[in-house]
Amino acid sequence: MMTVEGIKMMIDAALPGSGVEIVPNPSPSGQHSLRLDPRHAVAVAKFLRDDEELALDFLSNATGVDWPDKEVTEKVKVTRPVTKTLEGVEQTTEEIVEETRKRVEPGCLEAVYHLYSVAKKHGPVVIRMKTVNRTDQVELPSLTSIWRSAEFQEREIFDLFGIVFKGHPDLRRLLMWDGFKDHPMRRDYIDPDDFEYEPTAHDEVLARAAAHRAAVANQEGGSAGK
Amino acid sequence: MTLGAFIQEKNKPEGWNRPPAMKPDGDGELLEVAMGPHHPSTHGVFRMDVSLDGERVIRLKPVFGYLHRNHEKLAEGMSYLGSMPFTDRLDYICSLTNNWAYALAVEELTGQAVPERAEYLRVILGELTRIVNHASSIGFLIQEMGASGTPLMYAFKARENVLDLFEALTGARMMCNYMRFGGCRVDASPAWLEDTRKVVAGLPQFVDEFERLLTGNEILMARCQGIGILKPELAVNAGVTGPMLRASGVNYDIRKVDGYGIYNRFPFRVPLGEHWDVYDRFMIRLLEIRESIKILEQALKEIPTGTVMDSKAKIRGFRPKPGEAYGRIEAPKGELGFYLISDGGPNPYRYRVRPPSLINLTILEDMSLGQNVADVVLIFGSVDIVLGEVDR
Amino acid sequence: MVEEGLKIELGKQGVFVTTIEELYNWGRRSSIWPMQFGLACCAIEMIATTMARYDMARFGAEVFRPSPRQADLMIISGTVTKKMAPQVVRLYNQMAEPKYVIAMGACAISGGPFKQGYNVLKGIDRYIPVDVHIPGCPPRPEALLQAFMTLQKKIDAQPLTGEGRPRFLDAKAQGEFPVPEFGEHDLEPSSNMGVWPVPVVISTGTKGPGTRD
Repeated sequence: MMTVEGIKMMIDAALPGSGVEIVPNPSPSGQHSLRLDPRHAVAVAKFLRDDEELALDFLSNATGVDWPDKEVTEKVKVTRPVTKTLEGVEQTTEEIVEETRKRVEPGCLEAVYHLYSVAKKHGPVVIRMKTVNRTDQVELPSLTSIWRSAEFQEREIFDLFGIVFKGHPDLRRLLMWDGFKDHPMRRDYIDPDDFEYEPTAHDEVLARAAAHRAAVANQEGGSAGK
Repeated sequence: MTLGAFIQEKNKPEGWNRPPAMKPDGDGELLEVAMGPHHPSTHGVFRMDVSLDGERVIRLKPVFGYLHRNHEKLAEGMSYLGSMPFTDRLDYICSLTNNWAYALAVEELTGQAVPERAEYLRVILGELTRIVNHASSIGFLIQEMGASGTPLMYAFKARENVLDLFEALTGARMMCNYMRFGGCRVDASPAWLEDTRKVVAGLPQFVDEFERLLTGNEILMARCQGIGILKPELAVNAGVTGPMLRASGVNYDIRKVDGYGIYNRFPFRVPLGEHWDVYDRFMIRLLEIRESIKILEQALKEIPTGTVMDSKAKIRGFRPKPGEAYGRIEAPKGELGFYLISDGGPNPYRYRVRPPSLINLTILEDMSLGQNVADVVLIFGSVDIVLGEVDR
Repeated sequence: MVEEGLKIELGKQGVFVTTIEELYNWGRRSSIWPMQFGLACCAIEMIATTMARYDMARFGAEVFRPSPRQADLMIISGTVTKKMAPQVVRLYNQMAEPKYVIAMGACAISGGPFKQGYNVLKGIDRYIPVDVHIPGCPPRPEALLQAFMTLQKKIDAQPLTGEGRPRFLDAKAQGEFPVPEFGEHDLEPSSNMGVWPVPVVISTGTKGPGTRD
């Protein structure tokens, strides 16, 4: 069974310029993954399936991961004009000052695929693809034409995360009903407010129950006042 | 050389793995039937939208989600050990193999070792679960053929004996919650092992009885042979695993391929099918019960003394290092895998169950096109699904 | 009502005395036919209850009818999800009176271990009236038999006239309940006010009993 570096060399030799990167995995499992460029993903996947030595003909698992936007606080040294009073005379000089800046690193949605080989009995080979951001550019190419087992799994990723797979033969929701509007497995999903009281509520359950009761009381107060 | 020039079409045209488009013969409209979610033969709340031309199936679209219990989202809010009882409820007929798959995935993530006695106990309980599952599956399949419950009664009689063993060891009949990361929860007493030996000694007779009733049965052969054929290349490409894959002639048993646990110490055969139909799947499950009995007898003889839990395993404050792992086992229904991403905290960042039942259903449409609607029930039963796993 | 001693004496002579109410209820409770309606894990225990070891047929549940028109009892065994809830209510509406509901297992009572799920209905008694609740996850087959016997006792105790009479003898009682619809984020309505009174909290324990939080 080849290592991840070996597989990357094979892909680079066969499909130069396909933009494959290695993503190391720090845990003891040692399952490092390859990040594919969405523009060349279908070609690379086809190579992985049809190559004689790799023969990765079995897609075992396809899933999505949500990496939300991160707020990053960093200290940056910038050159700024500073006004100081020296010996009674005001002077403006350029000095290096440390500033704290906050910026939002855009998150993304990721699709992860685990490949095995039934013919050669080796595996797993992990490949990943990232979308550009989480809001409007959420498209990835579908690998259903290469491995049929991605059909239902990509529908589930679309249902629960919101990644739109281009080239999927039948992309609609799998687990939730068709009129459902949210993508529940995202980290910023808010549950619907159908939460009644709990007799021994504590922590977040208590906060939610209190919010629910307040909302119901407001509604009743409003309608009673009419 | 551009990428485009390199992508040669092999002799399979693009889209070779799509189901063929069926055309109805004769005039008249198609009959659209929704089989389920409340249906006596759909193994739970599952719906198939079939379009029929008379009795022949033209289109079949499965609808899932009627038992979607948000297992993956709940697991993100709970600790690693807190999700263990929820894995029981995935494939609720075989709760111990679900526990084992999850424990294996976490042990891959952390690199923990498992003591030998615990490995033997895992094999014993796993194979007992496999026997229970295959017997129930055959019983349900024959009940859907119209046998009105009698074979199911035989299967459940054997199941009750095994459930007594589970209850004595783990405390519960069905939701056992027994495996832990680094071993098992509680040790088995010598009296329990003796009881298990007695139950296992009675199992060959049960399988003989089952086989005598069913294998040469004319009705079974007439109804099951030749329907629901699944070609091996399509099975591999569609991610089908378990007895379904082996019934299509593909020799892929994760117990032999990955050799997880101590399975490489047990010589057992892997039955394969020749005709790739529903009858083959039924026979494969019977043969696998016999192989499991062999494994059980050997394991019960060889089980060593010792502890059942890794002494260095951390129960409180269990925080695996950041990273990810994918661990899989040969569950009775297929390849059950868990994919975990850890960010160093007490809860998993991403917890994913690879459900064998859902992925085995990918080719349900392919197998059923052109068959009679009465056979669809049998084909569906031979896939052997459990809705708790399909919808999670 | 005739007293017991007299009944036994007359019985020895071959004369049996009873009331129409007792006879009627005895006939009804001894032949309850459940509907074959298994949702999730509790369904396997329900099937095990009908098998040879814990035979439920000896209590009168001779056959499990798949059609709701022919069934008297719906055993909600398993988690009711929001996607399935309209179907459950529709099936309940289609059952003919007299009809009873047993909520088997923690999930059917209140959502069970999956209570925080976005797709889990927190208890089927939000939409239809439930007669017997069985706690457990899953409840043992003996617990289901106990629930069955409790239901039988409940039917025995129903008078034919007056306040506590069953629903089908009351012209003004409602037997069919509105079916919820799929909304954009949740079912609409999220519970049926006529059936399920929203519980009012008197105290959450932080400020002592008797105070409103």
